[in-house]
Amino acid sequence: MTSTTTSAATTEQAVPAPVAATVDYLDRRVGLGFAIRGLARKLFPDHWSFLLGEIALYSFIVLILSGIFLTMFFVPSMAEVHYPENALPVTMQGVEMSEAFASTLNLSFHVRGGLLMRQIHHWAALMFVGSMVVHMLRVFFTGAFRKPRELNWVVGFTMLVLSLLAGLTGYSLPDDVLSGNGLRITDGVVRSIPIIGAYMSYMVFGGEFPGTEVIPRMFTLHILLIPGLILALLALHLFLVFWQKHTQYPGPGRTDKNVVGYPLLPVYTAKAGGFFFIVFGVLALMGATMSINSVWNYGPFDPALVSAGAQPDWYMLFLEGSLRLMPGQTEFVILGWTLSLNVLIPAVVVPGLLFTFLGAYPFVENAITKDVGEHHVLDRPRNAATRTALGTAFLSVFFVLLVTGANDLVATHFGLSLNAITLVLRVLIFVLPVVVFIVTKRVCLSLQRKDREVVLHGHETGIVRRTADGRFYEVHKPLDEYERWVRVGHHVYRPLELPPREDARGVRRPGGRADGIRTRLSRFFFEDRVEPVTPAELAAAQSHGEHDELPAAPEGSSAAELAGTRGTSH
Amino acid sequence: MSALARSRRHRFAPMLLLAFALLVVGGAYTALAPSSAQADALDNADAGKGEALFIANCATCHGPGAVGTDLAPSLVGVGPAAVHFQVTTGRMPMQASGPQAEAKPPQFSEDEALDMAAYIATLGPGPSIPTEEQVDPALGSAPNGMLLFRVNCAMCHNAVGAGGALTEGKYAPSLMNSSPTIIYEAMLTGPQSMPGFNDATLTPDEKRDIIAFLMEQRGTNPGGLSLGSLGPVSEGVWVFVVGLGALIGCAVWIGSRSS
Repeated sequence: MTSTTTSAATTEQAVPAPVAATVDYLDRRVGLGFAIRGLARKLFPDHWSFLLGEIALYSFIVLILSGIFLTMFFVPSMAEVHYPENALPVTMQGVEMSEAFASTLNLSFHVRGGLLMRQIHHWAALMFVGSMVVHMLRVFFTGAFRKPRELNWVVGFTMLVLSLLAGLTGYSLPDDVLSGNGLRITDGVVRSIPIIGAYMSYMVFGGEFPGTEVIPRMFTLHILLIPGLILALLALHLFLVFWQKHTQYPGPGRTDKNVVGYPLLPVYTAKAGGFFFIVFGVLALMGATMSINSVWNYGPFDPALVSAGAQPDWYMLFLEGSLRLMPGQTEFVILGWTLSLNVLIPAVVVPGLLFTFLGAYPFVENAITKDVGEHHVLDRPRNAATRTALGTAFLSVFFVLLVTGANDLVATHFGLSLNAITLVLRVLIFVLPVVVFIVTKRVCLSLQRKDREVVLHGHETGIVRRTADGRFYEVHKPLDEYERWVRVGHHVYRPLELPPREDARGVRRPGGRADGIRTRLSRFFFEDRVEPVTPAELAAAQSHGEHDELPAAPEGSSAAELAGTRGTSH
Repeated sequence: MSALARSRRHRFAPMLLLAFALLVVGGAYTALAPSSAQADALDNADAGKGEALFIANCATCHGPGAVGTDLAPSLVGVGPAAVHFQVTTGRMPMQASGPQAEAKPPQFSEDEALDMAAYIATLGPGPSIPTEEQVDPALGSAPNGMLLFRVNCAMCHNAVGAGGALTEGKYAPSLMNSSPTIIYEAMLTGPQSMPGFNDATLTPDEKRDIIAFLMEQRGTNPGGLSLGSLGPVSEGVWVFVVGLGALIGCAVWIGSRSS
């Protein structure tokens, strides 16, 4: 489409001689022309929500750049030192601490630009995980994970898990009280695993917590192993996006067999490149003006200490919340062995369930729909009511856990009782997802009905007319075919009708049991549905709807619109 | 000589001796006990006025003579420091029954508070109001204060004294706007849910170190805006509201220049 114009741009007059010479040099040696031709014809659909993943990508680049700076001044050692008497901050002068903490203070107060880099790094870390989650939500709610992109969903999911590990190992490095509390919780979680827990804790910490080895170990994980893995998966993620082509939102002319958008070169490259500088700029601004993780507030780690308001970074807050939510009476001693269900359930089972849902969802949905087709046009969230409702229910659980993780701050800032909040949240964790599921599903179905209504009868204009014989009616403005395409083009799944478990003679057939489960799930997903308007329905609606036409509307336009819809509805 | 020797056997002699001994011990205690501060702060205070204020404003709950009722504890022996703390922070007179007495704009002037403190001091000895020197942060050691604060105070008041939640709606208030004298008195008297830290638990010098540490938090924040010094939760809120909010705004702007 637009790519055909690029050949005109490469004429001699338009390009300065040095540029032309350079391009020619490269073309003759590495075949640059081939790459440019390819990229100029590679189209990407454009939408603001497709840039959410880019925020994560650019945050990661900022993380690497600022992280390289930090490694030059940070000393990953738990050796004991005394902070110099003449160094800043005043509150740490002469205090005994680990070398890791001392070097963090030194790089914050005595290395030029050190504190700025530290703060950019930390804000970028929060932004990295935050934008990943928001990007993942976009992919989830628009169904972008469907065939052929299930594997890329898994790649992205793995990167999310790795980024949580990167965060955990990163914010523990300064060896301050707050992150030490976090490590102590990690130790407790590992120990709650039956039988092997204590051994694993010793393995992680190289002996009894905290020991002297955990900081150097986490340093290696944080700067070498985890970023290396993320980088490799990132390359795979982007390659798959490139290879499988990007999804597009439903719209006129967009089908599962084409891509409507702008060429990668130069339009999208310019947009993406510019956006990188915006992301870097925002992160630098945050690092320069908003303090984050002021470790000198917490002081050097001491296993005996904890301060009020001790929470992990936001992406680990759900785990903290899960632990705070769990009643403490569920610890049992069996034959002298302690079974800490009060830790095991909230810190291992609950996140296990949440992450399993996330990682496995594309495969579960595919097993239910038994859809073998490729999908490159995204779903509008309302048109996948059950999926959208499941997603929001999942989010509601996540939010309850976040609020629980911050329950002490909620108590002080809203003047509430900590105990009452926790009790309410213990109920909400079970009730809220159900309520949210039902409400979201109803909202989605209602929006679909509204779509039907609008397609059949047009937009309300607010103009009420009276006919000569005294009847009143409101004038409706018919949709144009562009608007209509979006509202009628989607595919509607119906519940699977699989053969019964037993044949006519009462003999169980192989796979009958699995099919039974599948049928039930399919009914759960697709029993409540609203079918999009068919061309026949539209024709019927419009045949008795002439009175709705505004006098100014050209006659015969409805016939053309009908022709527009015919090819779009499945 | 013989008169003295004779009177040794007098039946009032033991009682006189006992009175003399008590006088010596009491006198020595008055001379040596660390109550000089009381004299300082309460030099110009008028216990008579204080009593009148007490009867008009406090006796309803604390009872006539401050001996306590079902509603409120006895104030005999709480000392001037407790009165000064409660009255000048507005906690007393209490506005309403609740999980704890809230600080509010004080209802009495400093002089009136000292008058009441002087009145309460007449009922029985108790911790006295600290002197300027005892609470001077310049004389304290902030690093030592940091070590003491995080062992004794941070678990309720947050690592830098920004405050934190307790059970059933009670809370440890922020120390960011409290004066050194108020902080000292709070440590000394242990108001409400707070444990008292007498001079054996935290020596006067150590209390001054803690004050020095807390005053260090009032200066310029090296990292920029402090975001309430509340830790990762407020940072998380800000990264979504400011950071991701701005970036999504930019993304919408970039995305809108297309089709």
